[in-house]
Amino acid sequence: MTTAPTKPARSLTGAPDTGQVPVRRKRSNGKQLLAIWLFLVPAAVLGLYFKFIPMVEGIRLSFFKVQPFLGDVFVGMDNYISVLTDARFMEALGHTVVLGVTQTLGALVVGFALALLLEGQARSLWILRTTIFLPVVTALAVVGEIWRILYFPTADGPLNNILGWLGLGPLQFLNGTDTALWSIAVVGIWSGAPYNMVIILAGLTGVDRSLYESAGVDGASVWQRLRYITLPALRPSLVIVLTLAAIRSLRSFTEVYVLTGGGPAGSTEVWMTRMYSLGFQRNDIGVASAAAVLLLVVTLLLTVGTQLVGKRKAVR
Amino acid sequence: MTHTVSRPKARPAKPSAGARFDTALGWSPRLGPNMVLRVLLCVLVFCIFALPFVAIISGAFDRNSSPTDISLLPKSFTLRNFEAATQQGLWGYLLNSLVVAGGGLLLQMTVSVFAAYSLSRRKFRGQALVLLLVLMTMMLPEEIIGIPLSLVLGDLPLLGISLRGSVLAVILPVGIWGFSIFIMSEFMKEIPGEIEEAARLDGVGEFRMLFTIILPLCKPALGVIGIFGFMMVWDQYLLPLIAANDPSDYTLTVALSVLRNDTTVGPGVLLAGALMAMIPSLLVYLFLQRSMIRGITSGATKG
Repeated sequence: MTTAPTKPARSLTGAPDTGQVPVRRKRSNGKQLLAIWLFLVPAAVLGLYFKFIPMVEGIRLSFFKVQPFLGDVFVGMDNYISVLTDARFMEALGHTVVLGVTQTLGALVVGFALALLLEGQARSLWILRTTIFLPVVTALAVVGEIWRILYFPTADGPLNNILGWLGLGPLQFLNGTDTALWSIAVVGIWSGAPYNMVIILAGLTGVDRSLYESAGVDGASVWQRLRYITLPALRPSLVIVLTLAAIRSLRSFTEVYVLTGGGPAGSTEVWMTRMYSLGFQRNDIGVASAAAVLLLVVTLLLTVGTQLVGKRKAVR
Repeated sequence: MTHTVSRPKARPAKPSAGARFDTALGWSPRLGPNMVLRVLLCVLVFCIFALPFVAIISGAFDRNSSPTDISLLPKSFTLRNFEAATQQGLWGYLLNSLVVAGGGLLLQMTVSVFAAYSLSRRKFRGQALVLLLVLMTMMLPEEIIGIPLSLVLGDLPLLGISLRGSVLAVILPVGIWGFSIFIMSEFMKEIPGEIEEAARLDGVGEFRMLFTIILPLCKPALGVIGIFGFMMVWDQYLLPLIAANDPSDYTLTVALSVLRNDTTVGPGVLLAGALMAMIPSLLVYLFLQRSMIRGITSGATKG
């Protein structure tokens, strides 16, 4: 990151005329200021049009009964009340939390196992790590479509075939109301674990090798070594990343939409798919906006909370 | 990926007792039960994470009337899947995707570089507020503002034009990405201020300062925002979905749901589409792999 300065040395030493510097600086400041603000214009325009205007509009709509051609009617908190008393929204909330927690924790555990297995400098390990990372790079929609095929629910579907070799009965996967949510979680873990693996691998390289060595001398078991040396060294880098991932999972949409669309019988309906079907298919824009605002508030509070806790820990 | 494991001191020429402490689990480099176990586990891991992709590639070139026919090696090589996909508009979708990814990424990187320069290299009144606003845009992904965003795209305030159905409806919204602005400005902050003093005395303006002095030093960060930006744009699902007027406006990733089945070649048409949707991300990943890893690990340490 620190690239050696090539040019400045010459003129820094060759400009003894210090009296002139502040004057030139001051004049360029006006121009500078203009340039600085000009540089911010593209971001400001795009942010205004595609982030802030929609946000304000969404908050406004959440207080209205939106009716095309008839005009919007102010309804106060009614939309919020309908979201919070809607059984399907509450069910969706439960699914969202279960899915989010399972995916985040699952991806952590699998990622950790992958990192422990694939730690090392050998070229073969490097190639394997690179290959394993493919699910992260592949677009989520593509991952979803791949797994829709793997999950084909007949006894001779690709995954059921493998289960058959192991003597396990054919599963319904995405078609069964009991299995669908877990099947989605597995896809999330599959595509998320390699990402965590990279983070954990980076953390593992930072562990002092001499600690392992002295633990070995003291006769510590592998488990004790992991528990008392490796895990504590990894914790700081992992906690915040994972919390943020968990918060992000509250708004997971693509994989659920592609894999099941919320079905079968609403057993995988999450907050986002419920919102989407209300807003875009049933055109109940007011209620859908209220759901969106609730999601925004919750993610905002959780994110800010995480950052504050993280900061306080860092200060201590 | 090499640099995540760059510990030059490790790896002695001959397996010694010390090598046992190279990894957290203490994998032994010697041939033995330990080694066999590790190889077996590696094979298992490879099967879980990589074989689905092998099946996709194989299936895209194979005759399969149902998902149950998919095997790891094509039984009979055929291009019929691609012909069927062509009839369903595969190349049009791919073109949409490429235009959106290229245009969106270019816009996003340009916007981020300019904004990051202002935010990191200069001090001005109101900077804290601007930073806060950038942070806020990160709290407003397409999912959360999807519904009002689709209304805005249909009728831009003040301008009164509709972007729906054009690639701009995807390109413009992805142009602003707080993550990219932050990565860039974090990196620019590290560049010592003396570098520009000289140029300043020579009367170099801000524009040239950015492009001839600061930006050439930012190549690593450009790589990071390049690959993360590409993945972000390529991964867009809800946005192209709501920005489209009709299915022919879809990007390839969204269009896969349209390609799910075909009367003549079955799921082969989907596999052909999935393969085409994977290739660009694969290429970008292979070229910018180091940047990808750098981005992930720097994010991990900073939180």
